Amino acid sequence: MRRLTALTAIALFALVFASVALTYIEPAALSPLALSYVRHVPQDLNAPNVVTGILLTYRAFDTLGEVAALFMAAASVGLVVGAGWRRAGATPAQEPAPPREASEIVRTGAQVLAPLVAIFAAYIIMNGHLSAGGGFQGGAVLAGCAALILMADPQKRLNLKFLGAVESLAGVLLVLVGVAGVVFAGGFLDNRVLPLGTFGAFFSAGAIPLLSVLLGVKVGCELSVILEGFRA
Amino acid sequence: MISNIVMATGFVLFLVGLWGVQSHRNILRIIISYSLIGTGAHLVIVAIGYVAGGTAPIIDRALPAAEAPARAIDPIPSALVVTAIVIGLAVTAIMLAYAIRLYEKKKTLNVDALTESKG
Repeated sequence: MRRLTALTAIALFALVFASVALTYIEPAALSPLALSYVRHVPQDLNAPNVVTGILLTYRAFDTLGEVAALFMAAASVGLVVGAGWRRAGATPAQEPAPPREASEIVRTGAQVLAPLVAIFAAYIIMNGHLSAGGGFQGGAVLAGCAALILMADPQKRLNLKFLGAVESLAGVLLVLVGVAGVVFAGGFLDNRVLPLGTFGAFFSAGAIPLLSVLLGVKVGCELSVILEGFRA
Repeated sequence: MISNIVMATGFVLFLVGLWGVQSHRNILRIIISYSLIGTGAHLVIVAIGYVAGGTAPIIDRALPAAEAPARAIDPIPSALVVTAIVIGLAVTAIMLAYAIRLYEKKKTLNVDALTESKG
């Protein structure tokens, strides 16, 4: 009976989706809003990557809200599986099984790969305004480096206080750069507080590289805190 | 043509995830199915932004600034999907945290054990 209702639901959804996907016609030109973004980002913001220019200047307020949503997720994970429940005796105490040591391949591989992954994450973060990349993408790769280190050494405990302090500092600096945009330039999180530089140079596009670095550090620390919270 | 293929793939992933949510009993498999639903939706959104014959909206040697308005794709759906992927990750992390707590309470990953709210 349950299978029948599931099948019916899937079939009805498939009907609706098919009617959309089969009759969709690709637009031949950009919409006026997209046209204005593609024109203004290289011109006014001096950033070659239009998507990063939108995410970190024109729609930077949404990015700030998303950073807040990530912080809420990290706090919720810390609350739900945190050590506070075990201390309060809400769950019966279970001795955790002693963690097995990682195999030699994992340990050696992590020793070789972890610095490379960290450098790659830094490259992605700093390259956000020039080519594909950005703060969120680099921060996720940074957390991948943390996951690699945790897998290679099951006894290792990340320093949650340090990560929490770095994360909060990055968040505060993000808002301060935004307020500086209100004071010195056009509006909140305007990237023209820093000099725009030459097009395509490493240090160009105003405050976008700075915002990318702050975002990347914040996201990397947050995801590492979530990873650490999931461990016993 | 490419838009239709990517959109159809996104919808197929969405339907696979929906089927997984309804037919699995293991809570971890249900969470993976939710992740599939999210990925399918992201693909559909990205497919909507494609312009016929367009290329990525990044100004470099291959796409000079003067040609960009004619040949670039819509950058807004890509920016929205970047946000959506991060939010999907946050929701999955919280779902997994709840799964851990439920396992500690009920000693099983089967959702049939969660019958407290049934009459």
